Amino acid sequence: MSAPAAAQIEVAGLVKRFAGVAAVADLEFAVAAGEIFGLVGPDGAGKTTVMRMLAGVMPPESGRIVIDGIDVIADPERAKQHLSYMPQRFGLYEDLTVDENIRFYADLFEIPRRLRDERIGPLLAASNMAPFRRRLAGQLSGGMKQKLGLICALIHTPRILLLDEPTTGVDPVSRRDFWRILYSLRESGVTILISTAYLDEAERCTRLALLHQGRLKYCDTPRRLKQLMPGVLLTIASPDARAVRDTIAGLEGVSGVLLVGDGVRAVVDDEARRLPELRRALASAGVPFGAVARTEPTIEDLFVALLRQDEEAA
Amino acid sequence: MRVRRIKAIAVKEVLQVWRDPISLMIALLMPFMQMILLGYGISLDVKHLPVCVFDREASQLSRDLIKRFQASEYFSLVAGFDNYRDVTRALDRGECQLVLVIPIDFTERLSDTGTSAVQAVVDATDTNTANIAIGYAEAVVGGFSSDVQVEASAMKGGATDVVQPVDAQSRVWFNENLESRNFIIPGVVALVMALVGAQLTSLTISREWERGTMELLVSTPVTPMELMLGKLAPYFVIGLLDAVFCLAFSVYWFTVPFRGTLVTLFFTTSLFLIVVLGIGYLISTAIRDQVGAAQIGLLVTLLPTTLLSGYAFPIDQMPLPVQAITYVVFARYYVTILKAVFLKGSGFLDLGAPILAMIVYAGVIAYLAARAFRKQLD
Repeated sequence: MSAPAAAQIEVAGLVKRFAGVAAVADLEFAVAAGEIFGLVGPDGAGKTTVMRMLAGVMPPESGRIVIDGIDVIADPERAKQHLSYMPQRFGLYEDLTVDENIRFYADLFEIPRRLRDERIGPLLAASNMAPFRRRLAGQLSGGMKQKLGLICALIHTPRILLLDEPTTGVDPVSRRDFWRILYSLRESGVTILISTAYLDEAERCTRLALLHQGRLKYCDTPRRLKQLMPGVLLTIASPDARAVRDTIAGLEGVSGVLLVGDGVRAVVDDEARRLPELRRALASAGVPFGAVARTEPTIEDLFVALLRQDEEAA
Repeated sequence: MRVRRIKAIAVKEVLQVWRDPISLMIALLMPFMQMILLGYGISLDVKHLPVCVFDREASQLSRDLIKRFQASEYFSLVAGFDNYRDVTRALDRGECQLVLVIPIDFTERLSDTGTSAVQAVVDATDTNTANIAIGYAEAVVGGFSSDVQVEASAMKGGATDVVQPVDAQSRVWFNENLESRNFIIPGVVALVMALVGAQLTSLTISREWERGTMELLVSTPVTPMELMLGKLAPYFVIGLLDAVFCLAFSVYWFTVPFRGTLVTLFFTTSLFLIVVLGIGYLISTAIRDQVGAAQIGLLVTLLPTTLLSGYAFPIDQMPLPVQAITYVVFARYYVTILKAVFLKGSGFLDLGAPILAMIVYAGVIAYLAARAFRKQLD
């Protein structure tokens, strides 16, 4: 968990309690310029609370947040000039049109009119929103609403972008538009902190932080995180997946048994030793099964395995 | 403080009101409805009271007396009876407010003794109206009585002009025709302002919380002061437009005299609007759902304005503790000013005390409102 040089976002000792219950506890991480830093974790892990504190809209109990060299806790208003925050809940005015919403946020950030008009065109084009400029925001689809939110967040060309679950409930096409914009922003040097519940999306981040019960559990690049995978992920093809699951679920050294489309996936602690045991158990139970193959774990598999490991250790 | 941000918020607010049928109705239709309802609905004048007659004599003289009642604009003759049972029933049913009973020996007693009595039975469910009815009835009978006296003395060949030793000649100022409408309508302006101002603004911040737009708004560099000014400016303009409407409606439709100057009226109206909008805004920052905010808004503005401002119910007739409470009802000062400006033509100097009270009130509310909103989620 080494802090990158020239950190754009620095968080240290961050604590937030709601009615005495810690929502965020002793959080520490740093994000370098040009990173797409992913914040992942189950619901209630504290992702939104972290985002709000970073955006300067919620004061933490203690700790330090420095964004672009500005102490957010001491001077949230100055930090707000440099960052853009997109809340999880759609925060734009549904009774205003796409254009009116964009102009409203441009005015709040005092973007000169000419500059604003120059920026709107490319942003609308990149998000395929150009035909909907006069439509009321309330009449947009979920994906289009999120893209409009992103346009409004980008109109003042922030150096830091805080996105709280921006693609939840967004269709795959809009999601792809969304990520294309994020990548092009990254190229222009914008630092992005994104929280997401979609773990396939997490793999697109440069680095990931796994948050659980307000604490940072793991933080590294997706590739290196996968090496933390305890054991080996196997996929067992079978016409009777349920029977396979019921047979192997209780075996020693086998965990995370999960039904998938054409079989069962399970994590074994020691492939060389458990694989023959598995085959034997299935054969003696008379359960039909086909190929047993090693599978590259996804981030989802990894996090489920890591969280389970932590729970067992606790 | 940046004008551009204030303007952006004001424009946004106008668009939202324009596209929200309920807000638009409150802003435009409500003043009209209130003017009509309160202008026509509330009248403290007692006119054309329904009167029934039980004429037991049915003579020339008794019919003359009845004609007097008929001719008076205060009474309307609705029925004649020939027994007491019907009289009682008519009063029970509320068919008439007053029954005039003329005794069977009315003329005889008058010519024999020079005096005679008639009976008036009055429905005093509404004591106020009953008192007024008795007063009017006595006046009618009194007029009749002195005419009879004059006639009697003429018959005897005496002087035809019986001089009353002392004659009170009253002259009524400011509301010459004693029209209660002239007394009530200026106060209705205050009612309209209170309703429209507090209703619209009480929604303005709570709407942002309820719809989830506040979180994004507080993440921008907008300051609480800019937010407040931007949000209240459109409602201030709407309030002034409503005031113009109310003024025109009062003067041209209800023909209430307007003797003051527009400057006095708009200066004091502006002060009143600052107070009402400020209170609505304060409520809005404290209560985060729109329905709750609107209800509290009505409770703290419209209710005291209706009951305790003296717009229809005179303050000096209230019990002393209630009178003391009216001093904190800001509408009281505005209603006093409105009535004086409309009917007396009073200017700034005449109205120094209530204007000063309103300035203090507006200052305090504006100060509290400016500090009320905190740019934070909790």
